[in-house]
Amino acid sequence: MKTVQVNIVTPDGPVYDSEVAMVIAKTVSGEIGVLPGHIPLVAPLSIGGVQLKNADGKSNFVAVSGGFIEVRPDKISILAPSAEVASSIDVARAQEAKARAEERLKAKKDDVDFQRAELALKRAINRINVHEGNV
Amino acid sequence: MASLREVKNRINSTKKTKAMTKAMQMVSASKKTRAEQNAKSYVPYMEKVQDVVCAIASGTTDASHPMLVSRPVKKTGYIIITSDRGLAGAYNSSVIRGLVNTLNQRHKSKDEYVILAIGRVGKDYFAKRDYNVVDSVVGLPDQPSFSDVKAIARKAVGMFAEGTFDELYMYYNHYISVIQQEVTEKKVLPITDLAPASEGVTASYEFDPSAEAILEVLLPQYAESLVFGAILDGKASEHAARMTAMKAATDNADELIKSLDLLYNRARQAAITQEITEIVGGAAALE
Repeated sequence: MKTVQVNIVTPDGPVYDSEVAMVIAKTVSGEIGVLPGHIPLVAPLSIGGVQLKNADGKSNFVAVSGGFIEVRPDKISILAPSAEVASSIDVARAQEAKARAEERLKAKKDDVDFQRAELALKRAINRINVHEGNV
Repeated sequence: MASLREVKNRINSTKKTKAMTKAMQMVSASKKTRAEQNAKSYVPYMEKVQDVVCAIASGTTDASHPMLVSRPVKKTGYIIITSDRGLAGAYNSSVIRGLVNTLNQRHKSKDEYVILAIGRVGKDYFAKRDYNVVDSVVGLPDQPSFSDVKAIARKAVGMFAEGTFDELYMYYNHYISVIQQEVTEKKVLPITDLAPASEGVTASYEFDPSAEAILEVLLPQYAESLVFGAILDGKASEHAARMTAMKAATDNADELIKSLDLLYNRARQAAITQEITEIVGGAAALE
């Protein structure tokens, strides 16, 4: 089976680097699956999980908070402000962040706060989902 | 000549100070190593982002974005990166001096620029002298992560987009080596002089949904990561500067102790000599 090298990089350092058979990511315009040998492509990502299918059929999941994906025939890079591999997600912290964001949404003060709380909530839910393996 | 006890006390207190500066030197040394690592692990991200920005900006001529366009400058923004605490030698004073000199050269009045201060020293300095400090961050951790810095970076980029200022510069100490840091000015916005970080980036990309939409996401991320990179660089310099300053302090304490020891021994010798003279004098008087 053909594979392609995938890098997930954040400002705090590389998060993931491996050969995979397929990448499934959520871009702002919809979900895409990328196989080895794809034409060069750049697309912004939405907050969501990235699924990395290994050659043996098993999958790894990584939670990303936005950023974008850069595809070249022999290499795929995902650049995100933050990204976590499913196994290293701190669920307790994500739950806390989720509760905090929900609290803030209920308080409804002004628009800016509201937007930020909504994004924080999305990120928290995404981290929890990715950890549980449903993306 | 100072009394024996006085000299002894000074030696003891200098020794204690030395123990402290030595400890601080070692703490800074380990922090510096980690800060260097952080700066290093950030490099691949920056290079990648830069590559893609270049590929888009050079590949498509029709894609434009406000951040790529130089507009007439009415107001300039300056980000200055200092430390929260002192005891770092000339670290803070040199970067502050650098910025103040530039401000005096480039601008006639304080209305022509705003300052975003990172670090307590810079914030206090400029706030006390009635500069227009629009935002400040204090209490950044020694090893900042991107999320610590995101708020101020986003705010700076947002202010440029809103038109609060038309240019954005950063002032920070660039880390060259342990004993050498250089005050550096870097233009963040508008993004000009783009050059690919790695060779052979000529792939013409497909853009989904469009080049403009990607620039919309990518350029703020690029500008924010420039700021983050400068902060990492500044932190590495800060720890290195503090380490060097504390090493100098420790060396000075060593020298002081040496000369005080000499003084102490001389005083002790004098006291003994005096005692002998007194005994001999006393014995002679008895005869």
